[in-house]
Amino acid sequence: MGNVIGIGAAPKRKEDQRFLTGRGNYVSDIKRSGMAAGVFVRSPHGHAVLRGIDKSAALASPGVIAVLTGDDVADDGLGSLPCGWGITDAKGVPMKEPPFPMLAQDKVRFVGDMVAFVIAETPEQANAAADLLKVDYEVLPSVVGVLEAIRPDAPQLFDDVPKNICCDWELGDKAAVESAFKKAAHVARLSLVNNRLIGNPMEPRAAIAEYEPGTDRYTLWTTSQFPHVVRFLMGALVLNIPQHKLRVVAPDVGGGFGVKQFHYGEEAVITWAAKRVRRPVKWVASRSEGYVSDRHGRDHVTEAELALDETGKFLAFRVKTLANMGGYLSTFGPNIPTNLYGPLLSGVYTTPAIYCNVKVVFTNTVPVDAYRGAGRPEATFVLERIVDVAASEMGIDRVEIRRRNMIPKEAYPYQTPVLVQYDSGDPMGCLDGALVAADVKNFGVRKAASASNGKFRGLGYSTYVEACGLAPSRFAGRLGARGGLYESATVRVHPTGQVTVMIGTHNHGQGHETTFAQIVSDKLGVAFENVDIVFGDTDRVQFGMGTYGSRSLVVGGAALSKATDKVIVKGKKIAAHLLEVSEADIQFEAGKFSVAGTDRIKTFEEIAGAAYVPHNYPLEVLEPGLEEQAYYDPVNFTYPGGCHIAEVEVDPETGTVTLVNYTAVDDVGTVINPMIVEGQLHGGIVQGVGQALFENAVYDEGSGQLLSGSLMDYCMPRADHLPMMKVATHSTLCTHTPMGVKGCGEVGTIGSPAAVINAVVDALSHLGVTHVDMPATPNRIWRLLQNASLPVAAE
Amino acid sequence: MTVQISFTLNGRPTSVDVEPATLVAELLREQLHLTGTHIGCDTSQCGACVVHLNGLPVKSCTLLAPALDGATLLTIEGLTGAPGSNQMHPMQEAFREHHGLQCGFCTPGMLMTAVALATEKPDLTEADVRHGLEGNICRCTGYQNIVISVMAGAAAMHAAKGE
Ligand code: FES
Ligand code: FES
Repeated sequence: MGNVIGIGAAPKRKEDQRFLTGRGNYVSDIKRSGMAAGVFVRSPHGHAVLRGIDKSAALASPGVIAVLTGDDVADDGLGSLPCGWGITDAKGVPMKEPPFPMLAQDKVRFVGDMVAFVIAETPEQANAAADLLKVDYEVLPSVVGVLEAIRPDAPQLFDDVPKNICCDWELGDKAAVESAFKKAAHVARLSLVNNRLIGNPMEPRAAIAEYEPGTDRYTLWTTSQFPHVVRFLMGALVLNIPQHKLRVVAPDVGGGFGVKQFHYGEEAVITWAAKRVRRPVKWVASRSEGYVSDRHGRDHVTEAELALDETGKFLAFRVKTLANMGGYLSTFGPNIPTNLYGPLLSGVYTTPAIYCNVKVVFTNTVPVDAYRGAGRPEATFVLERIVDVAASEMGIDRVEIRRRNMIPKEAYPYQTPVLVQYDSGDPMGCLDGALVAADVKNFGVRKAASASNGKFRGLGYSTYVEACGLAPSRFAGRLGARGGLYESATVRVHPTGQVTVMIGTHNHGQGHETTFAQIVSDKLGVAFENVDIVFGDTDRVQFGMGTYGSRSLVVGGAALSKATDKVIVKGKKIAAHLLEVSEADIQFEAGKFSVAGTDRIKTFEEIAGAAYVPHNYPLEVLEPGLEEQAYYDPVNFTYPGGCHIAEVEVDPETGTVTLVNYTAVDDVGTVINPMIVEGQLHGGIVQGVGQALFENAVYDEGSGQLLSGSLMDYCMPRADHLPMMKVATHSTLCTHTPMGVKGCGEVGTIGSPAAVINAVVDALSHLGVTHVDMPATPNRIWRLLQNASLPVAAE
Repeated sequence: MTVQISFTLNGRPTSVDVEPATLVAELLREQLHLTGTHIGCDTSQCGACVVHLNGLPVKSCTLLAPALDGATLLTIEGLTGAPGSNQMHPMQEAFREHHGLQCGFCTPGMLMTAVALATEKPDLTEADVRHGLEGNICRCTGYQNIVISVMAGAAAMHAAKGE
């Protein structure tokens, strides 16, 4: 007998032992007998016609096994990488969807686009041969910014996509918004940029593929957040491999943040190549390679207008955004700036009319797709920035204007004007909690102390809501999803009473092995250490959609909860048979099946054992065995939310912004493991702080070169950039998920950029500064300060 | 052309033939099958590859294997509790106790840096730890629990020594 660990407890993580002792099993750690090494040859140009590739010198290089190009892909009649969402414009016209070949064919469209795959005995030999490949490029001008890309004279990426516009999408009641603007007492306006980001999970992407001629089966080990989806997309749509002959394994994965949730061309090429060369082939990206091939995030240019009445009540909100898609449509690409952005523009406010227009634009940059938060941080940023602008223009306190417009707790469920209905929430409660925790009362004292040291101190608020637990299939289908978004779990009870769970979500740092084991331990009364969680292998787990969009606990945990309920139902049948009573008389509590009102009991272990020893079973009505499976498709998104408060100090001498305090109060619904939730909040917040203060993917217009192409040029947050943060939860329960959970993986990244930038603007507001684009680097702030001190500021 | 080098690896005498251009991180992972030392970048920025060379923390992705000749090398696989026990090192225990890891990829490098920091300075302040971890990037944890873990681990290391 070990410990039963319940929901709400914080046991130490089951997965930690192997990571702490260097015994994790990441893709790059795996070796297969006879393994060869592959490297990708990538375009050095942002935009070029691919005139031809001369393989001869590369093929003659020592140790080379094969050199594969787009022509070989075409000869084998293979498909291109599919996009998972098909959005339509306001008139119902589908988005333009040019093919995304796994190796470039006619043209290259971004620096990093793959043109060839070189396979050799060793990585060194493959690299040497790759250098000898002669690729004939006819270089074309590149366009990397969205504003430039939609000009009539801009270089065009695809012949049939005029002005590079993939889709001109809209949401909301345009007429209602226009009439509200006419009646407004005040209109706040703001133009802003949501900077392009690179996910940078610490483990670079990698893959190994193996083909077994004896069984005609393929195995792909890949750094993926959703191996079953890769199996489906790659098998059915790209390589034509029957699903049962393809195994996809994502073992320990060193962080994802969205970047590892797409089906990448590398996975398809390497799987196809393994059969062609009849050798296992391994590819491990370098960090610099990741910069030009991992999908990027964000990259919006936005104009927003907020109409208010004379009391500061929001009347209408209008947003026009140009969203950069990069060179091709990635798996979820077009879904992010549309379906995951527009519906969140309502935030936690009662704004009655909202209209949003998004032009989804192709440019010569790495394809853009979901990165932690995906669409929702962009929506929160524009909304929480403009609320501050309106407050300052109207002379209303920033907290007060938020209060005046917040959805009161009693108004839930709350239908927004932009599709979604929030089931539960308490934004005011989160705000109140955060004000106290951040000691806002004494901010003035701290500001004065900073001032006496020649520093400017600022405070910034951000309240937010997110839609997560992706997703209800019915809803997603209406919005253009080409797949369902349910989850599956199997609970296998062994004859000894120990339990193995097979689940379709993927653990890459979120602590599923612990949280899911807690759910089983709690519900079945089984010792925590007797529960094992299996994930990330399509041969072991029936099906699943993986981990992204804070869906693991919300959707996967719900499937698991349902499957455990089925185990209890079956256990009761077995107990009724053994105890010779009717099933209705059996109760299950704390790991014991008992006859109601008596002391006759069977333990969970006894039932598990008996399930596999069906002597005298009434086999017509009671099957042997104890294993149950459930699929769960939610009825709605879940809506975590909260309030974040950032406090910064700006050094006017250098322009350096220092984050000095950070407070977050988040509503994530039921908390299964508070230690893990807190860890997710910390990590999420710092990714948002990274966007606000440090991170920026910068391209050179014209050449399309990525200027921030390594960790030397792309500033990642480090330990000494940060203060100790205060995080707390203030939870309302989700009304439709089995355990009341809402999800917590992304909230930090959604709430923090606006809080930090609002604090920076607050610190500089006495100089007439009204907006700062991200990232607020010393250089950007210093320039602002130089301009602010010019007479212009006096106007 | 290969050269033979001899060194002490996690307490054991080791001799290997290496290409002179081999990096220590590659030698460990590919030739010696010690995959606990991770490679997270190609610009010596991330610290996933930190090991101890003659007791000092170094980034093994920037060190050539011939430099190991005659040296003592400690990797994450060699980090243990008291000799003869099968316990983890107090720093490893502290990371588990204070949730100082999520995906685990940065963790071996973090631990090696942390042990070196704690060895060098008995009473680490938060500022010391944050400064000392500057060369190690973690994308998951936001560092807060790592900083707490390092301070707790350092205290435990020194308490153990004091006994
Ligand atoms: S791998 Fe050595 S510092 Fe990144
Ligand atoms: S735990 Fe994932 S990078 Fe640190």
